[in-house]
Amino acid sequence: MTTAVLQTSSPAFTQLAPDNWKLAVVAGLGISIVACFALPPNLSFWVVGAMAVLVAMAFVVNAYRRHYYGGLLVSPAVAVLVVMNIFPLLWSLGLSFFAYQSSQQSIRFVGLANYVKLLTDDLKAPELWANLTNTAMFTMLTVSVQMLIGFLLAVLFAKQFPLRRYLLILVLTPMMLSVVAVGVFFSYYYDPTFGVISQVIKAWTGEQFILFSNKTGAVAGIVFADAWMWSPFVMLLVLAGLVSVPKYLYEAASIDRVGSWRRFWTITFPYIRGLLMLALLFRTIEAFKMADLIILLTKGGNDTMTISYHVIRIANEQNKTSEGAALSYLLLFVVIVLTNLYLYIANRRSQGN
Amino acid sequence: MASTKTIWERLGFRKASGVGEAGWSHTLFATFISFIYFLPVLIIIITSFKLQNDALSVPAKFFPTSFFGLIPDQYVFTPTLENFTSVFSRAYTNGGAVESTGFDRYFFNSIVIAGTSVLLALVIGTLAAYGFSRYPLKGNDTYLFVILTTRMLPAIVVIIPIILMFRIVGLSGSYLGIIFLYTAFNLPFTIWMMKSFFDELSLDVEDAARIDGSSELGVFFKVCLPQVVAGLAATFVFGLILTWNEFLFALLLTGADTRTVPVAMNQAVAGGGIGVLWGLLAAIETLFLIPVFLVTFFLQNHLLRGVTFGTVKR
Repeated sequence: MTTAVLQTSSPAFTQLAPDNWKLAVVAGLGISIVACFALPPNLSFWVVGAMAVLVAMAFVVNAYRRHYYGGLLVSPAVAVLVVMNIFPLLWSLGLSFFAYQSSQQSIRFVGLANYVKLLTDDLKAPELWANLTNTAMFTMLTVSVQMLIGFLLAVLFAKQFPLRRYLLILVLTPMMLSVVAVGVFFSYYYDPTFGVISQVIKAWTGEQFILFSNKTGAVAGIVFADAWMWSPFVMLLVLAGLVSVPKYLYEAASIDRVGSWRRFWTITFPYIRGLLMLALLFRTIEAFKMADLIILLTKGGNDTMTISYHVIRIANEQNKTSEGAALSYLLLFVVIVLTNLYLYIANRRSQGN
Repeated sequence: MASTKTIWERLGFRKASGVGEAGWSHTLFATFISFIYFLPVLIIIITSFKLQNDALSVPAKFFPTSFFGLIPDQYVFTPTLENFTSVFSRAYTNGGAVESTGFDRYFFNSIVIAGTSVLLALVIGTLAAYGFSRYPLKGNDTYLFVILTTRMLPAIVVIIPIILMFRIVGLSGSYLGIIFLYTAFNLPFTIWMMKSFFDELSLDVEDAARIDGSSELGVFFKVCLPQVVAGLAATFVFGLILTWNEFLFALLLTGADTRTVPVAMNQAVAGGGIGVLWGLLAAIETLFLIPVFLVTFFLQNHLLRGVTFGTVKR
């Protein structure tokens, strides 16, 4: 028992122990600040990095000795995410308060002007709203089609039947294709003269078929390609849930002569609810960011611009870096509100049942 | 009843009996659906064996042989392997010298970068998911939500600071930079996915192991991890597929030596001059599909087994 008592008491501030994280933080900060002023930026970065590792090590040893397993296990992931995601996100948040173009050197603090300009400018605000409604429409259409097709495919493959694993891998293949190839080849299939779909329709009706001639056709083409590519993702998650239902439940239900509709809602659905929600969440997030397929298929023509493509245009093609950052924070705000709403509903549902 | 095994059962086909098993009629239906679903991919694969004028012919030529005169000649093309050789080396101008396209290098890059980063994300993410699931911190849900948030912004927003950061540090165009970036890119999904698998496990088994004198490490490695092998496989496959085909980060952050196949593919599409070289693009995509197809195929049993262990479900 003596070791347990020793482990709970933390070392004194001046003691040079591997788990003395307070000393490590102070020393690391001090050395980092000195390095930032004394050394050129590319060298000082590595010094700061080494100090961060030192502090992290102290935290890890401290957590291990005092049985803070939660922090210990989570820390590597948090470290990677902070460096590669959180820090760049904060940087671009800061950038959204400046007037900065990546093609020029000048940088100037303008406060909320970027946001105000985006929301109230006579030219930009209507465009923003049009793009937002387009994005909402694409998200709703693609996600609902994907959930439906993915669910039906999962039901098809939930049973055990001959050749199942070979057929399943065929259905999973679209997901493994590169977006570049999918976009380019769907524009090949949709092509008015040598495209497969147009040829079939021309042989049927006798008229040349141009899918991208109006908005409905363009939206249908994009939604079809996206839904085709990502329905297998939903299918795989739902399938994992479906095969996890213990068979004795079905056997018991068949003895009790429960109808197939009620059997689905009372036995199957509780097992797939969580995975269905996960699929819905991740597909919605991805659909909200949809840009690459639209760039490859319509280039935003026929009123198919989405907000994400709009950000890429502003930030990359027009080099208005800070304006793009401001716009994407408006977008993030919308997404966070929606996700919170979703999590709230999901939690209330699971508590209600 | 041991002698009732038919030749079909020996070949791996289960006998159609009992709950949840269907017979050949179901197979027929599923084959029909799967074939329709697979058709666009099949056309890509067929196109990879076509010359440019066959790929653009009207009516479309679908069949590599006429099946002994069964198919009319206008639907038949002569298959060629020229596209596959010109993926790796071809003459860029008409009648010019045959040059290496560097695609062997790009394939190597894709395998190294995607493989390393997905494995790294799997190790780090599984540890974190176990932590979030078993030792909840204060404000656990907030941490999970913030982690999810990092996936919500369009990639273009994060990428500008990362480009600047990499340039200062000297990581731009190196393997290390892009591998770390992809690790971070995969972490949110890995953590959420693995957490949902760990949450499904029964705590009773773990407590029993603890009472029997197992250490915390033993509980993790010997009790929990074997139960989520299916989850690990599923997460690995999803991560691999997403990373394998990632385009925007690779376009902006890889140099000439570390370029991945999607970026090179895009350049092959754009740099045609006389329109897209359909056969060549199809050949690149077909070759690019093979590794991830094989990995998915061999991990498929784990994918399907899913979470079937749930015996003492909470």
